[in-house]
Amino acid sequence: MIFSYNLPLYIYIIITSALVNLGLFLFQKENCRPDGRELFEFRTTTLNIGSISTADGSALVKLGNTTIICGIKAELANPTTDAPDKGYIVPNVDLPPLCSSRFRPGPPGEQAQAASQFIADVIESSDLIKTEDLCIERGKLCWVLYCDIMCLDYDGNILDACIIALLAALKNTQLPEVAVNKETCLPEVDFEKRQRLRIHRHPVGASFCVFDDSILIVDPTAEEESLSTAHLTVVTDEEGRLCSVHKPGGTPLSGEKLQECINRATARQREIHKLINKVLDSVKTAQ
Amino acid sequence: MMEVSPSENVSLREFGCEQTLLSRPDGSASFVQGDTSVMAGVYGPAEVKVSKEIYDRATLEVLVYPKVGLPGVRERSQEQCVRETCEASLLLSLHPRSSLTLILQVLHDAGSLLSCCLNAACMALMDAGLSMSCLFCGVTCAISTEGEIITDPTAAQEKESRALMTFAIDSKEHRVMMSSTRGSFSVQELQQCIAISQKASEKIFQFYRDSVRRRYSKNL
Repeated sequence: MIFSYNLPLYIYIIITSALVNLGLFLFQKENCRPDGRELFEFRTTTLNIGSISTADGSALVKLGNTTIICGIKAELANPTTDAPDKGYIVPNVDLPPLCSSRFRPGPPGEQAQAASQFIADVIESSDLIKTEDLCIERGKLCWVLYCDIMCLDYDGNILDACIIALLAALKNTQLPEVAVNKETCLPEVDFEKRQRLRIHRHPVGASFCVFDDSILIVDPTAEEESLSTAHLTVVTDEEGRLCSVHKPGGTPLSGEKLQECINRATARQREIHKLINKVLDSVKTAQ
Repeated sequence: MMEVSPSENVSLREFGCEQTLLSRPDGSASFVQGDTSVMAGVYGPAEVKVSKEIYDRATLEVLVYPKVGLPGVRERSQEQCVRETCEASLLLSLHPRSSLTLILQVLHDAGSLLSCCLNAACMALMDAGLSMSCLFCGVTCAISTEGEIITDPTAAQEKESRALMTFAIDSKEHRVMMSSTRGSFSVQELQQCIAISQKASEKIFQFYRDSVRRRYSKNL
């Protein structure tokens, strides 16, 4: 018997991982995944906007079990000397030990840091917000938007969920009006009068996993992510332009396969854009 | 699918590479692309920390050190890109429960840094004599505001560009292993850049071949 008691532990691990691999392979032969989805099907996306009342803007996104919450905090600051007419945006992705056993307490790990950098790159590449809009008085006063993105439940594909949460939270953000007092040179904030941020573009991501160099699946779960040989995230905006094609290594991908992914990402952008607008409308009517 | 006209010449800056220039690491290389220069060292296969041990393959760790200051979030994301590219090309299952460490020290950044890091990494892995399923190289493309595609841009060209893309191309089928982009661009531009990078990669692989041949002809 293979399962005798005197086998070393790692042999058991090899056997079980081989069984899992075989299982996934059998599923994919039927174009179906363990959770019943087709290969190019996303999990149900749930969006809640304005969940944190103390933040200037917030959103909660669920992609199947993956749960991401994003809060926007606006603060007044001095613009940097090399960009006196611009404000700035500071995104931060946090993967606390709460969301999965793979994360340990302590300083952010590589995955969290890489995700933060990716979100920052998407904000910069997509012109989501023109940083000039955040300037209040040239060289003296501007807004800083701290976008804190936190994962509450990690079940794969956090990058897509992070982008949706960020976009929805920014669309929900209302900044109070600020005037600089001419005599005292101090800013006066009017919390009664609030204005929405202007969002110029709507970038939405779609993540893919590659198995055995040939099988592509969309929106991977944590299990699928750990078994796959490569990841790919494509971010597109409403004009069909690409804001990011992020593939951090892994097995090579041909141009045709990439095109398939881009087509799926463009369709996904439309779905999510519609979803965000629908939720925003329902929030407005509720008020 | 986009095809690049043969008249479109791929211009890359001057390359330079030196292998086995450090005595302590198991493999080392320095790679120069124009004024951009990166030094790489590989240690391993060696003992691995129990917490990082993987039962069926070697653990690869990549460390990127900037020219000044401490490594930050940007370096982490570069490390991730280089590590996953190396993991895909190295035959890590040949060294189960052991560790490989790749250290990349940036000596000077004058544009196309990530592609230079990838090239240095590949040369150092080769020098360490680690088994790989294929080689890989990095190519950076910038799209200028006029829509012109510049391969292997300098820092000034990078700054003026509308979009910047870095690809890692494998030597077997010239497909895209890694892709990292900045700025927005159309699908057509992306496919064009990939095609150009694939063309440029042939030049780089030829350079790899030449430099290794030169090195061994000297030794014999």
